[in-house]
Amino acid sequence: MSVRRSTIIFAWILLLPALLYVSVIVAYPLVDTFILSFTDASLKKTTKWVGTLNYDKIFNGTFAEVIARTFVWTFFSVSIKMGIGTFGAVMLNAAVPGRALFRVLTMPPWIVPMAIGIFMWGWMYNGQFGMISGVLQNLGLVDGPVAFLAHGSTAFWATIITDVWIGVPLVTLYLLASIQAIPQDLYEAAWTDGAGRFYRFRRITLPLLVPAMITMSMLSLIATFNSFDIIWILTQGGPNGDTTTMIIDTYRTAIGSKKYGEGAARAVVICIFLSIFCLLYFRVTHRLASGESR
Amino acid sequence: MSQPALINRYRWYELVGIYAGIFVFLSFILAPFVEGFLVSLKPLSLLFSSPYRFWPENGSFAAYKTMWVSVPGFARYIFNSFFISVIVTAVVLALVVPAAYAFARFRFRGSGALLAAFLAVNMFSGAVLLIPLFRLMRSFGVLNTYFAMIVPGVAFLIPSAIWLLRTYMMRIPRELDEAAFVDGASHFYTLRRVILPIAMPGITVVAITTFIGSYAQQFIFALTFNSKTEYMPLPVGLFAYFGRQEVVWNELMAASFVGIAPAVIVIFFLQRYLVSGLTAGAVKQ
Repeated sequence: MSVRRSTIIFAWILLLPALLYVSVIVAYPLVDTFILSFTDASLKKTTKWVGTLNYDKIFNGTFAEVIARTFVWTFFSVSIKMGIGTFGAVMLNAAVPGRALFRVLTMPPWIVPMAIGIFMWGWMYNGQFGMISGVLQNLGLVDGPVAFLAHGSTAFWATIITDVWIGVPLVTLYLLASIQAIPQDLYEAAWTDGAGRFYRFRRITLPLLVPAMITMSMLSLIATFNSFDIIWILTQGGPNGDTTTMIIDTYRTAIGSKKYGEGAARAVVICIFLSIFCLLYFRVTHRLASGESR
Repeated sequence: MSQPALINRYRWYELVGIYAGIFVFLSFILAPFVEGFLVSLKPLSLLFSSPYRFWPENGSFAAYKTMWVSVPGFARYIFNSFFISVIVTAVVLALVVPAAYAFARFRFRGSGALLAAFLAVNMFSGAVLLIPLFRLMRSFGVLNTYFAMIVPGVAFLIPSAIWLLRTYMMRIPRELDEAAFVDGASHFYTLRRVILPIAMPGITVVAITTFIGSYAQQFIFALTFNSKTEYMPLPVGLFAYFGRQEVVWNELMAASFVGIAPAVIVIFFLQRYLVSGLTAGAVKQ
Protein backbone atom coordinates (compact mmCIF):
# COMPACT_ATOMS: atom_id res chain seq x y z
CA MET A 1 0.00 0.00 0.00
CA SER A 2 1.45 3.32 -1.00
CA VAL A 3 2.11 6.09 1.48
CA ARG A 4 -0.32 8.31 -0.36
CA ARG A 5 -3.15 5.83 -0.09
CA SER A 6 -2.60 5.12 3.60
CA THR A 7 -2.67 8.88 4.21
CA ILE A 8 -6.02 9.20 2.50
CA ILE A 9 -7.42 6.30 4.46
CA PHE A 10 -6.18 7.92 7.66
CA ALA A 11 -7.86 11.22 6.72
CA TRP A 12 -11.16 9.43 6.12
CA ILE A 13 -10.90 7.62 9.45
CA LEU A 14 -10.47 10.97 11.17
CA LEU A 15 -13.45 12.43 9.35
CA LEU A 16 -15.75 9.48 9.72
CA PRO A 17 -17.17 10.05 13.23
CA ALA A 18 -18.16 13.68 12.56
CA LEU A 19 -19.44 12.78 9.12
CA LEU A 20 -21.60 9.94 10.40
CA TYR A 21 -22.97 12.10 13.18
CA VAL A 22 -23.98 14.94 10.90
CA SER A 23 -25.41 12.50 8.36
CA VAL A 24 -27.72 10.93 10.92
CA ILE A 25 -28.76 14.13 12.72
CA VAL A 26 -28.87 16.60 9.81
CA ALA A 27 -28.70 14.93 6.38
CA TYR A 28 -31.15 12.12 7.09
CA PRO A 29 -33.76 14.48 8.63
CA LEU A 30 -33.40 16.68 5.57
CA VAL A 31 -34.29 13.76 3.31
CA ASP A 32 -37.01 12.63 5.70
CA THR A 33 -38.58 16.11 5.63
CA PHE A 34 -38.79 15.90 1.88
CA ILE A 35 -40.42 12.44 1.97
CA LEU A 36 -42.82 13.39 4.75
CA SER A 37 -44.00 16.41 2.82
CA PHE A 38 -45.76 14.07 0.37
CA THR A 39 -47.61 12.15 3.10
CA ASP A 40 -50.36 12.85 5.57
CA ALA A 41 -48.13 11.94 8.52
CA SER A 42 -49.57 12.87 11.90
CA LEU A 43 -50.02 11.20 15.27
CA LYS A 44 -52.03 8.43 13.59
CA LYS A 45 -50.41 5.03 13.30
CA THR A 46 -50.76 4.82 9.53
CA THR A 47 -49.42 7.21 6.94
CA LYS A 48 -50.35 7.35 3.31
CA TRP A 49 -49.07 9.15 0.26
CA VAL A 50 -51.04 12.21 -0.70
CA GLY A 51 -48.97 13.43 -3.62
CA THR A 52 -48.65 17.18 -3.74
CA LEU A 53 -51.75 17.79 -1.62
CA ASN A 54 -49.75 19.47 1.16
CA TYR A 55 -48.18 21.85 -1.30
CA ASP A 56 -51.55 22.64 -2.87
CA LYS A 57 -52.89 23.44 0.58
CA ILE A 58 -49.97 25.72 1.33
CA PHE A 59 -50.26 27.79 -1.77
CA ASN A 60 -54.02 28.07 -1.59
CA GLY A 61 -53.81 29.25 2.00
CA THR A 62 -52.15 32.17 3.70
CA PHE A 63 -48.64 30.84 3.22
CA ALA A 64 -47.78 33.27 0.43
CA GLU A 65 -48.53 36.05 2.88
CA VAL A 66 -46.33 34.36 5.50
CA ILE A 67 -43.47 34.13 2.99
CA ALA A 68 -43.79 37.81 2.13
CA ARG A 69 -43.88 38.73 5.81
CA THR A 70 -40.79 36.61 6.50
CA PHE A 71 -38.88 38.42 3.79
CA VAL A 72 -39.91 41.87 4.99
CA TRP A 73 -39.09 40.94 8.60
CA THR A 74 -35.71 39.50 7.60
CA PHE A 75 -34.88 42.42 5.33
CA PHE A 76 -35.44 45.04 8.02
CA SER A 77 -33.74 43.01 10.71
CA VAL A 78 -30.60 42.38 8.64
CA SER A 79 -30.39 45.99 7.39
CA ILE A 80 -30.71 47.46 10.87
CA LYS A 81 -28.23 44.94 12.27
CA MET A 82 -25.70 45.84 9.60
CA GLY A 83 -26.27 49.57 10.12
CA ILE A 84 -25.89 49.50 13.89
CA GLY A 85 -23.10 46.92 13.70
CA THR A 86 -21.06 49.02 11.27
CA PHE A 87 -21.61 52.12 13.38
CA GLY A 88 -20.54 50.22 16.51
CA ALA A 89 -17.46 48.72 14.84
CA VAL A 90 -16.26 52.12 13.61
CA MET A 91 -16.83 53.72 17.02
CA LEU A 92 -15.11 50.88 18.91
CA ASN A 93 -12.17 51.03 16.54
CA ALA A 94 -11.30 54.55 17.68
CA ALA A 95 -8.11 54.60 19.75
CA VAL A 96 -9.65 56.19 22.83
CA PRO A 97 -9.15 55.30 26.50
CA GLY A 98 -11.57 52.61 27.69
CA ARG A 99 -12.00 50.89 24.34
CA ALA A 100 -11.03 47.46 25.70
CA LEU A 101 -13.85 47.73 28.23
CA PHE A 102 -16.32 48.98 25.58
CA ARG A 103 -15.57 45.92 23.46
CA VAL A 104 -16.30 43.58 26.35
CA LEU A 105 -19.55 45.43 27.05
CA THR A 106 -20.67 44.75 23.47
CA MET A 107 -20.77 41.01 24.01
CA PRO A 108 -23.54 40.24 26.53
CA PRO A 109 -26.55 39.91 24.19
CA TRP A 110 -24.61 37.36 22.15
CA ILE A 111 -23.18 35.40 25.10
CA VAL A 112 -26.01 35.15 27.63
CA PRO A 113 -28.72 32.56 27.06
CA MET A 114 -30.85 34.01 24.29
CA ALA A 115 -34.13 33.26 26.00
CA ILE A 116 -33.15 35.29 29.05
CA GLY A 117 -32.33 38.39 27.01
CA ILE A 118 -35.72 37.97 25.34
CA PHE A 119 -37.51 37.81 28.73
CA MET A 120 -35.99 41.19 29.54
CA TRP A 121 -37.29 42.64 26.29
CA GLY A 122 -40.66 41.10 27.05
CA TRP A 123 -40.79 43.16 30.21
CA MET A 124 -39.61 46.35 28.48
CA TYR A 125 -42.40 46.01 25.91
CA ASN A 126 -45.01 45.53 28.65
CA GLY A 127 -47.80 48.03 28.04
CA GLN A 128 -48.94 48.96 31.52
CA PHE A 129 -45.63 49.05 33.36
CA GLY A 130 -42.85 48.50 30.86
CA MET A 131 -39.87 50.77 30.41
CA ILE A 132 -40.31 51.76 26.77
CA SER A 133 -43.95 52.69 27.12
CA GLY A 134 -43.17 54.46 30.40
CA VAL A 135 -40.29 56.49 29.03
CA LEU A 136 -42.25 57.47 25.91
CA GLN A 137 -45.11 58.65 28.14
CA ASN A 138 -42.77 60.62 30.39
CA LEU A 139 -41.32 62.30 27.32
CA GLY A 140 -44.85 63.06 26.17
CA LEU A 141 -44.38 61.19 22.89
CA VAL A 142 -47.41 58.97 23.44
CA ASP A 143 -50.61 59.71 25.30
CA GLY A 144 -51.38 56.50 27.12
CA PRO A 145 -49.66 53.19 27.72
CA VAL A 146 -48.67 51.30 24.57
CA ALA A 147 -48.79 47.50 24.75
CA PHE A 148 -46.21 46.87 22.05
CA LEU A 149 -46.77 43.15 21.78
CA ALA A 150 -50.56 43.38 21.65
CA HIS A 151 -50.88 45.18 18.30
CA GLY A 152 -49.80 43.77 14.98
CA SER A 153 -47.63 46.57 13.64
CA THR A 154 -45.85 47.36 16.91
CA ALA A 155 -45.31 43.65 17.65
CA PHE A 156 -43.78 43.25 14.21
CA TRP A 157 -41.22 45.98 14.91
CA ALA A 158 -40.72 44.92 18.52
CA THR A 159 -39.65 41.43 17.44
CA ILE A 160 -37.34 42.94 14.81
CA ILE A 161 -35.67 45.21 17.38
CA THR A 162 -35.06 42.30 19.73
CA ASP A 163 -33.64 40.23 16.87
CA VAL A 164 -31.36 43.13 15.96
CA TRP A 165 -30.23 43.40 19.57
CA ILE A 166 -29.23 39.74 19.67
CA GLY A 167 -27.46 39.90 16.30
CA VAL A 168 -25.58 43.20 16.66
CA PRO A 169 -22.68 42.00 18.86
CA LEU A 170 -21.53 39.40 16.34
CA VAL A 171 -21.80 41.85 13.43
CA THR A 172 -19.95 44.51 15.39
CA LEU A 173 -17.09 42.29 16.54
CA TYR A 174 -16.72 40.71 13.11
CA LEU A 175 -16.55 44.07 11.35
CA LEU A 176 -14.26 45.46 14.05
CA ALA A 177 -11.87 42.56 13.45
CA SER A 178 -12.04 43.23 9.72
CA ILE A 179 -11.29 46.93 10.20
CA GLN A 180 -8.29 46.03 12.31
CA ALA A 181 -7.04 43.67 9.63
CA ILE A 182 -6.69 46.64 7.25
CA PRO A 183 -2.93 47.36 6.96
CA GLN A 184 -1.97 50.31 9.13
CA ASP A 185 0.51 51.66 6.55
CA LEU A 186 -2.35 52.64 4.25
CA TYR A 187 -3.60 55.05 6.89
CA GLU A 188 -0.13 56.32 7.64
CA ALA A 189 0.61 56.95 3.97
CA ALA A 190 -2.65 58.85 3.54
CA TRP A 191 -2.02 60.74 6.77
CA THR A 192 1.43 61.76 5.62
CA ASP A 193 -0.16 63.10 2.46
CA GLY A 194 -2.43 65.24 4.61
CA ALA A 195 -5.65 63.22 4.37
CA GLY A 196 -8.04 64.01 7.22
CA ARG A 197 -9.67 61.42 9.44
CA PHE A 198 -13.01 61.46 7.67
CA TYR A 199 -11.35 61.29 4.28
CA ARG A 200 -9.29 58.29 5.39
CA PHE A 201 -12.45 56.63 6.67
CA ARG A 202 -14.32 57.22 3.43
CA ARG A 203 -11.51 56.30 1.05
CA ILE A 204 -9.71 53.53 2.96
CA THR A 205 -11.86 51.96 5.70
CA LEU A 206 -15.19 51.83 3.89
CA PRO A 207 -14.04 50.38 0.55
CA LEU A 208 -11.86 47.77 2.25
CA LEU A 209 -14.68 46.88 4.63
CA VAL A 210 -17.19 46.15 1.87
CA PRO A 211 -16.22 42.47 1.38
CA ALA A 212 -16.58 41.78 5.11
CA MET A 213 -19.92 43.61 5.12
CA ILE A 214 -21.19 41.50 2.24
CA THR A 215 -20.05 38.26 3.89
CA MET A 216 -21.59 39.26 7.19
CA SER A 217 -24.91 40.32 5.71
CA MET A 218 -25.19 36.98 3.93
CA LEU A 219 -24.47 35.08 7.15
CA SER A 220 -26.84 37.35 9.00
CA LEU A 221 -29.53 36.82 6.37
CA ILE A 222 -29.38 33.06 6.86
CA ALA A 223 -29.40 33.28 10.66
CA THR A 224 -32.25 35.80 10.68
CA PHE A 225 -34.34 33.76 8.28
CA ASN A 226 -34.06 30.89 10.77
CA SER A 227 -34.93 33.03 13.78
CA PHE A 228 -37.34 31.22 16.07
CA ASP A 229 -36.77 31.85 19.79
CA ILE A 230 -37.40 35.59 19.74
CA ILE A 231 -40.79 35.55 18.09
CA TRP A 232 -41.87 32.41 19.90
CA ILE A 233 -41.10 33.82 23.34
CA LEU A 234 -42.41 37.32 22.71
CA THR A 235 -45.58 36.73 20.68
CA GLN A 236 -45.78 33.08 19.54
CA GLY A 237 -46.54 34.52 16.11
CA GLY A 238 -49.44 36.69 17.25
CA PRO A 239 -51.35 38.95 17.47
CA ASN A 240 -53.54 37.62 14.65
CA GLY A 241 -50.52 36.06 13.00
CA ASP A 242 -48.87 39.42 12.41
CA THR A 243 -45.47 38.14 13.53
CA THR A 244 -45.86 34.66 12.05
CA THR A 245 -42.79 33.97 9.95
CA MET A 246 -42.23 30.76 7.99
CA ILE A 247 -40.37 29.09 10.85
CA ILE A 248 -43.11 29.98 13.35
CA ASP A 249 -45.82 28.82 10.96
CA THR A 250 -44.01 25.52 10.42
CA TYR A 251 -43.58 25.00 14.15
CA ARG A 252 -47.26 25.69 14.81
CA THR A 253 -48.42 23.33 12.08
CA ALA A 254 -46.03 20.52 12.88
CA ILE A 255 -45.55 20.63 16.63
CA GLY A 256 -48.63 22.57 17.68
CA SER A 257 -51.24 20.87 15.49
CA LYS A 258 -49.22 17.65 14.98
CA LYS A 259 -49.71 17.82 11.20
CA TYR A 260 -46.27 16.49 10.35
CA GLY A 261 -46.93 16.18 6.62
CA GLU A 262 -48.16 19.74 6.18
CA GLY A 263 -45.40 21.03 8.43
CA ALA A 264 -42.79 19.15 6.40
CA ALA A 265 -44.03 20.73 3.17
CA ARG A 266 -43.54 24.15 4.78
CA ALA A 267 -40.07 23.13 5.96
CA VAL A 268 -39.20 22.06 2.41
CA VAL A 269 -40.11 25.53 1.14
CA ILE A 270 -37.88 27.06 3.83
CA CYS A 271 -35.06 24.69 2.84
CA ILE A 272 -35.35 25.75 -0.78
CA PHE A 273 -34.96 29.41 0.17
CA LEU A 274 -32.07 28.57 2.51
CA SER A 275 -30.30 26.58 -0.21
CA ILE A 276 -30.57 29.55 -2.55
CA PHE A 277 -29.09 31.84 0.11
CA CYS A 278 -26.40 29.27 0.81
CA LEU A 279 -25.39 28.98 -2.84
CA LEU A 280 -25.38 32.73 -3.13
CA TYR A 281 -23.18 32.93 -0.06
CA PHE A 282 -20.61 30.46 -1.41
CA ARG A 283 -20.67 32.22 -4.75
CA VAL A 284 -20.13 35.65 -3.27
CA THR A 285 -17.42 34.64 -0.78
CA HIS A 286 -15.66 32.67 -3.49
CA ARG A 287 -15.68 35.67 -5.79
CA LEU A 288 -14.50 37.96 -3.00
CA ALA A 289 -11.66 35.57 -2.16
CA SER A 290 -10.49 35.28 -5.77
CA GLY A 291 -10.83 39.05 -6.17
CA GLU A 292 -8.49 39.57 -3.24
CA SER A 293 -5.73 37.35 -4.56
CA ARG A 294 -5.75 39.04 -7.95
CA MET B 1 3.68 54.00 25.34
CA SER B 2 2.22 56.91 27.26
CA GLN B 3 1.66 59.18 24.28
CA PRO B 4 -0.61 57.88 21.51
CA ALA B 5 0.81 57.91 18.00
CA LEU B 6 0.27 61.24 16.25
CA ILE B 7 -2.14 59.73 13.76
CA ASN B 8 -4.40 58.69 16.63
CA ARG B 9 -4.57 62.12 18.26
CA TYR B 10 -8.11 63.36 18.38
CA ARG B 11 -9.36 66.90 18.61
CA TRP B 12 -11.70 67.60 21.50
CA TYR B 13 -14.82 67.63 19.35
CA GLU B 14 -13.83 64.35 17.73
CA LEU B 15 -13.44 62.81 21.18
CA VAL B 16 -16.85 64.10 22.24
CA GLY B 17 -18.36 62.68 19.08
CA ILE B 18 -16.73 59.26 19.56
CA TYR B 19 -17.74 58.94 23.20
CA ALA B 20 -21.27 60.09 22.41
CA GLY B 21 -21.45 57.49 19.64
CA ILE B 22 -20.16 54.74 21.92
CA PHE B 23 -22.59 55.81 24.63
CA VAL B 24 -25.58 55.58 22.30
CA PHE B 25 -24.41 52.23 20.93
CA LEU B 26 -23.78 50.67 24.35
CA SER B 27 -27.05 52.07 25.71
CA PHE B 28 -28.91 50.00 23.15
CA ILE B 29 -26.84 46.91 23.97
CA LEU B 30 -27.03 47.23 27.74
CA ALA B 31 -30.45 48.82 28.34
CA PRO B 32 -32.27 45.51 28.85
CA PHE B 33 -29.69 44.39 31.40
CA VAL B 34 -29.81 47.66 33.34
CA GLU B 35 -33.60 47.68 33.30
CA GLY B 36 -33.74 43.97 34.17
CA PHE B 37 -31.42 44.47 37.11
CA LEU B 38 -33.38 47.45 38.45
CA VAL B 39 -36.60 45.45 38.07
CA SER B 40 -35.11 42.65 40.15
CA LEU B 41 -34.58 45.18 42.96
CA LYS B 42 -38.04 46.73 42.84
CA PRO B 43 -40.82 45.48 45.07
CA LEU B 44 -43.86 44.28 43.11
CA SER B 45 -46.02 47.16 44.34
CA LEU B 46 -43.63 49.68 42.78
CA LEU B 47 -43.32 47.58 39.64
CA PHE B 48 -47.04 47.48 39.05
CA SER B 49 -47.69 51.16 39.50
CA SER B 50 -47.87 54.01 37.06
CA PRO B 51 -46.40 56.33 36.13
CA TYR B 52 -43.29 54.41 35.27
CA ARG B 53 -40.31 55.04 37.54
CA PHE B 54 -36.85 54.04 36.43
CA TRP B 55 -35.08 54.13 39.77
CA PRO B 56 -35.97 51.49 42.40
CA GLU B 57 -37.02 53.51 45.44
CA ASN B 58 -36.78 51.38 48.58
CA GLY B 59 -35.29 48.62 46.41
CA SER B 60 -33.99 45.43 47.97
CA PHE B 61 -32.48 42.10 47.08
CA ALA B 62 -35.53 40.30 48.50
CA ALA B 63 -36.44 38.78 45.12
CA TYR B 64 -33.08 37.02 45.01
CA LYS B 65 -34.12 35.12 48.14
CA THR B 66 -37.78 34.49 47.40
CA MET B 67 -37.19 33.24 43.86
CA TRP B 68 -35.63 30.02 45.15
CA VAL B 69 -39.01 29.22 46.70
CA SER B 70 -41.21 30.55 43.88
CA VAL B 71 -39.26 28.84 41.10
CA PRO B 72 -38.89 25.45 42.74
CA GLY B 73 -36.68 23.81 40.14
CA PHE B 74 -34.31 26.75 39.79
CA ALA B 75 -31.12 25.13 41.10
CA ARG B 76 -31.92 22.06 39.07
CA TYR B 77 -32.41 24.13 35.90
CA ILE B 78 -28.97 25.70 36.30
CA PHE B 79 -27.43 22.30 36.94
CA ASN B 80 -29.19 20.92 33.84
CA SER B 81 -27.95 23.80 31.69
CA PHE B 82 -24.39 23.18 32.83
CA PHE B 83 -24.65 19.44 32.55
CA ILE B 84 -26.03 19.55 29.01
CA SER B 85 -23.42 22.10 27.90
CA VAL B 86 -20.53 20.11 29.38
CA ILE B 87 -21.57 16.88 27.67
CA VAL B 88 -22.27 18.67 24.39
CA THR B 89 -18.84 20.31 24.49
CA ALA B 90 -17.11 17.01 25.22
CA VAL B 91 -18.86 15.22 22.35
CA VAL B 92 -18.24 18.09 19.92
CA LEU B 93 -14.53 18.10 20.77
CA ALA B 94 -14.24 14.34 20.37
CA LEU B 95 -15.76 14.57 16.89
CA VAL B 96 -14.21 17.81 15.75
CA VAL B 97 -10.54 17.50 16.74
CA PRO B 98 -9.79 14.63 14.34
CA ALA B 99 -12.01 16.05 11.60
CA ALA B 100 -10.42 19.50 11.81
CA TYR B 101 -6.97 17.94 11.61
CA ALA B 102 -7.98 15.98 8.53
CA PHE B 103 -9.30 19.13 6.85
CA ALA B 104 -6.26 21.16 7.86
CA ARG B 105 -3.64 18.70 6.67
CA PHE B 106 -4.85 16.34 3.99
CA ARG B 107 -6.04 17.18 0.51
CA PHE B 108 -7.95 14.40 -1.16
CA ARG B 109 -10.64 14.13 -3.75
CA GLY B 110 -13.81 15.71 -2.40
CA SER B 111 -12.25 17.28 0.68
CA GLY B 112 -13.24 20.79 -0.39
CA ALA B 113 -16.80 19.76 -1.13
CA LEU B 114 -16.99 17.87 2.13
CA LEU B 115 -15.87 20.92 4.10
CA ALA B 116 -18.47 23.01 2.30
CA ALA B 117 -21.08 20.39 3.16
CA PHE B 118 -20.17 20.62 6.83
CA LEU B 119 -20.42 24.39 6.72
CA ALA B 120 -23.78 24.15 4.96
CA VAL B 121 -25.16 22.51 8.10
CA ASN B 122 -24.92 25.95 9.66
CA MET B 123 -27.47 27.19 7.20
CA PHE B 124 -30.24 25.02 8.59
CA SER B 125 -31.42 25.76 12.06
CA GLY B 126 -32.80 23.00 14.20
CA ALA B 127 -36.23 24.56 13.75
CA VAL B 128 -36.43 23.57 10.08
CA LEU B 129 -35.59 19.93 10.81
CA LEU B 130 -37.70 19.66 13.91
CA ILE B 131 -40.28 17.19 12.60
CA PRO B 132 -37.91 14.44 11.45
CA LEU B 133 -35.67 15.10 14.45
CA PHE B 134 -38.68 14.59 16.70
CA ARG B 135 -39.44 11.28 15.00
CA LEU B 136 -35.77 10.30 15.14
CA MET B 137 -35.56 11.04 18.87
CA ARG B 138 -38.75 9.06 19.38
CA SER B 139 -37.41 6.06 17.52
CA PHE B 140 -34.16 6.25 19.53
CA GLY B 141 -36.43 6.26 22.58
CA VAL B 142 -34.72 9.31 24.07
CA LEU B 143 -37.64 11.78 24.18
CA ASN B 144 -37.87 13.37 27.63
CA THR B 145 -34.29 12.57 28.56
CA TYR B 146 -31.10 14.62 28.54
CA PHE B 147 -30.11 12.90 25.29
CA ALA B 148 -33.02 14.49 23.42
CA MET B 149 -31.35 17.86 24.01
CA ILE B 150 -27.72 16.76 23.77
CA VAL B 151 -27.85 14.71 20.55
CA PRO B 152 -29.32 17.37 18.24
CA GLY B 153 -27.48 20.18 20.05
CA VAL B 154 -24.11 18.64 19.17
CA ALA B 155 -24.84 18.42 15.44
CA PHE B 156 -25.46 22.13 15.00
CA LEU B 157 -22.32 23.15 16.89
CA ILE B 158 -20.00 20.92 14.84
CA PRO B 159 -19.63 23.15 11.74
CA SER B 160 -18.29 26.31 13.39
CA ALA B 161 -16.07 24.22 15.66
CA ILE B 162 -14.52 22.45 12.67
CA TRP B 163 -14.02 25.74 10.88
CA LEU B 164 -12.37 27.42 13.86
CA LEU B 165 -10.06 24.56 14.74
CA ARG B 166 -9.11 23.91 11.14
CA THR B 167 -8.00 27.54 10.80
CA TYR B 168 -5.92 27.17 13.94
CA MET B 169 -4.33 23.91 12.89
CA MET B 170 -3.39 25.23 9.46
CA ARG B 171 -1.06 27.66 11.23
CA ILE B 172 0.92 24.81 12.81
CA PRO B 173 4.00 24.35 10.59
CA ARG B 174 3.81 21.30 8.36
CA GLU B 175 7.50 20.59 9.02
CA LEU B 176 6.55 19.24 12.44
CA ASP B 177 4.42 16.48 10.92
CA GLU B 178 7.07 15.75 8.32
CA ALA B 179 9.86 15.53 10.88
CA ALA B 180 7.81 13.10 12.96
CA PHE B 181 7.00 11.10 9.84
CA VAL B 182 10.66 10.90 8.83
CA ASP B 183 11.45 9.63 12.33
CA GLY B 184 9.07 6.77 11.67
CA ALA B 185 6.10 7.97 13.71
CA SER B 186 2.70 6.75 12.57
CA HIS B 187 -0.01 9.23 11.53
CA PHE B 188 -1.91 8.55 14.70
CA TYR B 189 1.16 8.99 16.89
CA THR B 190 1.97 12.28 15.16
CA LEU B 191 -1.54 13.58 15.78
CA ARG B 192 -1.55 12.55 19.43
CA ARG B 193 1.97 13.46 20.47
CA VAL B 194 2.95 16.29 18.14
CA ILE B 195 -0.14 18.10 16.94
CA LEU B 196 -2.49 17.86 19.91
CA PRO B 197 -0.13 19.46 22.44
CA ILE B 198 0.60 22.37 20.10
CA ALA B 199 -3.05 22.78 19.17
CA MET B 200 -4.16 22.94 22.83
CA PRO B 201 -4.76 26.73 22.89
CA GLY B 202 -6.91 26.43 19.76
CA ILE B 203 -8.80 23.48 21.23
CA THR B 204 -9.41 25.54 24.38
CA VAL B 205 -10.89 28.37 22.36
CA VAL B 206 -13.15 25.95 20.51
CA ALA B 207 -14.20 24.36 23.81
CA ILE B 208 -15.10 27.77 25.25
CA THR B 209 -17.06 28.95 22.23
CA THR B 210 -18.86 25.61 21.98
CA PHE B 211 -19.76 25.71 25.66
CA ILE B 212 -21.06 29.26 25.38
CA GLY B 213 -22.97 28.40 22.21
CA SER B 214 -24.56 25.44 23.86
CA TYR B 215 -25.38 27.38 27.03
CA ALA B 216 -26.86 30.28 25.08
CA GLN B 217 -28.93 28.31 22.61
CA GLN B 218 -30.72 25.73 24.68
CA PHE B 219 -34.25 26.45 23.73
CA ILE B 220 -36.02 24.86 20.82
CA PHE B 221 -34.89 21.26 21.34
CA ALA B 222 -35.49 21.49 25.06
CA LEU B 223 -38.91 23.02 24.43
CA THR B 224 -39.97 20.38 21.93
CA PHE B 225 -38.21 17.14 22.86
CA ASN B 226 -38.46 17.25 26.62
CA SER B 227 -41.47 17.83 28.83
CA LYS B 228 -40.02 16.61 32.12
CA THR B 229 -39.41 19.44 34.58
CA GLU B 230 -36.45 17.70 36.14
CA TYR B 231 -34.47 17.73 32.88
CA MET B 232 -35.29 21.27 31.74
CA PRO B 233 -32.39 23.66 31.16
CA LEU B 234 -32.65 27.17 32.54
CA PRO B 235 -34.19 29.01 29.54
CA VAL B 236 -37.05 26.55 29.15
CA GLY B 237 -37.56 26.23 32.89
CA LEU B 238 -37.92 30.00 33.17
CA PHE B 239 -40.07 30.13 30.04
CA ALA B 240 -42.62 27.86 31.69
CA TYR B 241 -42.64 30.28 34.59
CA PHE B 242 -42.76 33.29 32.25
CA GLY B 243 -45.76 31.87 30.43
CA ARG B 244 -48.02 31.94 33.48
CA GLN B 245 -50.86 34.41 33.86
CA GLU B 246 -49.34 36.45 36.63
CA VAL B 247 -45.63 36.85 36.08
CA VAL B 248 -43.72 37.81 39.21
CA TRP B 249 -41.38 40.02 37.24
CA ASN B 250 -38.90 40.94 39.93
CA GLU B 251 -38.29 37.29 40.73
CA LEU B 252 -38.07 36.35 37.06
CA MET B 253 -35.44 39.03 36.52
CA ALA B 254 -33.54 38.00 39.67
CA ALA B 255 -33.55 34.41 38.42
CA SER B 256 -32.39 35.55 35.00
CA PHE B 257 -29.47 37.42 36.51
CA VAL B 258 -28.37 34.46 38.57
CA GLY B 259 -28.76 32.34 35.42
CA ILE B 260 -26.57 34.57 33.26
CA ALA B 261 -23.92 35.05 35.93
CA PRO B 262 -21.85 32.08 34.68
CA ALA B 263 -21.81 33.50 31.16
CA VAL B 264 -20.86 36.95 32.39
CA ILE B 265 -18.03 35.55 34.50
CA VAL B 266 -16.79 33.65 31.47
CA ILE B 267 -16.84 36.84 29.37
CA PHE B 268 -14.74 38.77 31.82
CA PHE B 269 -12.10 36.12 32.29
CA LEU B 270 -11.94 34.71 28.80
CA GLN B 271 -12.90 37.58 26.51
CA ARG B 272 -9.45 37.64 24.97
CA TYR B 273 -9.92 34.05 23.82
CA LEU B 274 -13.45 34.67 22.65
CA VAL B 275 -12.48 37.57 20.42
CA SER B 276 -9.44 35.78 19.06
CA GLY B 277 -11.57 32.71 18.44
CA LEU B 278 -14.13 34.70 16.56
CA THR B 279 -11.64 36.64 14.49
CA ALA B 280 -9.56 33.58 13.61
CA GLY B 281 -12.61 31.99 12.06
CA ALA B 282 -13.83 35.18 10.49
CA VAL B 283 -11.05 37.22 9.03
CA LYS B 284 -8.31 34.85 8.01
CA GLN B 285 -10.42 32.97 5.53
